[in-house]
Amino acid sequence: MVSVGLLPVLVVSLLLFTIGVVGVLVRRNLLVVFMSLELMLNAVALAFVGFARARADMDGQVAALFVMAVAAAEVAVGLSLVILLFRTRHTTQLDDLTMLKG
Amino acid sequence: MELVLFVLFSGAALAAAGVVVTRTRPFSAAMALVACLFFLAGDYVILQAPFVAALQILVYAGAILVLFLFVVMLLRLEGDEALPRLGPRQAVGLVLAGIVGCASVAFAAFEVSGPFPETGPLFGTADALAATLLDGRNLLALEGISVLLTTALVGAVVLGRKEL
Repeated sequence: MVSVGLLPVLVVSLLLFTIGVVGVLVRRNLLVVFMSLELMLNAVALAFVGFARARADMDGQVAALFVMAVAAAEVAVGLSLVILLFRTRHTTQLDDLTMLKG
Repeated sequence: MELVLFVLFSGAALAAAGVVVTRTRPFSAAMALVACLFFLAGDYVILQAPFVAALQILVYAGAILVLFLFVVMLLRLEGDEALPRLGPRQAVGLVLAGIVGCASVAFAAFEVSGPFPETGPLFGTADALAATLLDGRNLLALEGISVLLTTALVGAVVLGRKEL
């Protein structure tokens, strides 16, 4: 039986993170930017779980749980901000949200 | 066998992630994100983290994605944007980030190389995870997370009120 090894896990994590970064940089819809952020968080969680397996140490899995909790908090606040923005500015396009631009 | 499954799950997860950033309709992107999170949960099972995988499906693909879908439907967002191209500044940033990322992957894989070590039968179970979570080293972080979640809850309620 061929076991997985750490390298494939890290490569997948890197690719997933890159896709998330491209989404954050390229997309102009605030909701899709949020989803790309979730992709990046998940890439990091995958790397944590991979390291936990490679070191036979559960601390990495605990870190993955923390990532999940932080993501939940971030989504709750972020999405209520999106709704608030939509209520006052009637848009979720980042290009239209330039009130704070000096 | 393990490796084949890992490649299958990871390939599907990466393909779904690609769909997330290329769909113009936010609803399609959210559904692709669900698929991506499910496939990642499969990866977690292969990496002997079954409890983390279960939480991934319950919390992420369940609760968080339902929040996303609520907002998408509440705001009635249509497919509204043409996909913009990567500008030269973004491209340069992406290449630099890719170099740093590849270097760190190579470095980390060099540090911990070879096949995975054997693990006990309890590795990754809810029992073992709870024991690690309530360990003295992680206890403070756990309490910090609970404070963070409470703060986020209060913040979301305040932001959701009719007038701020």
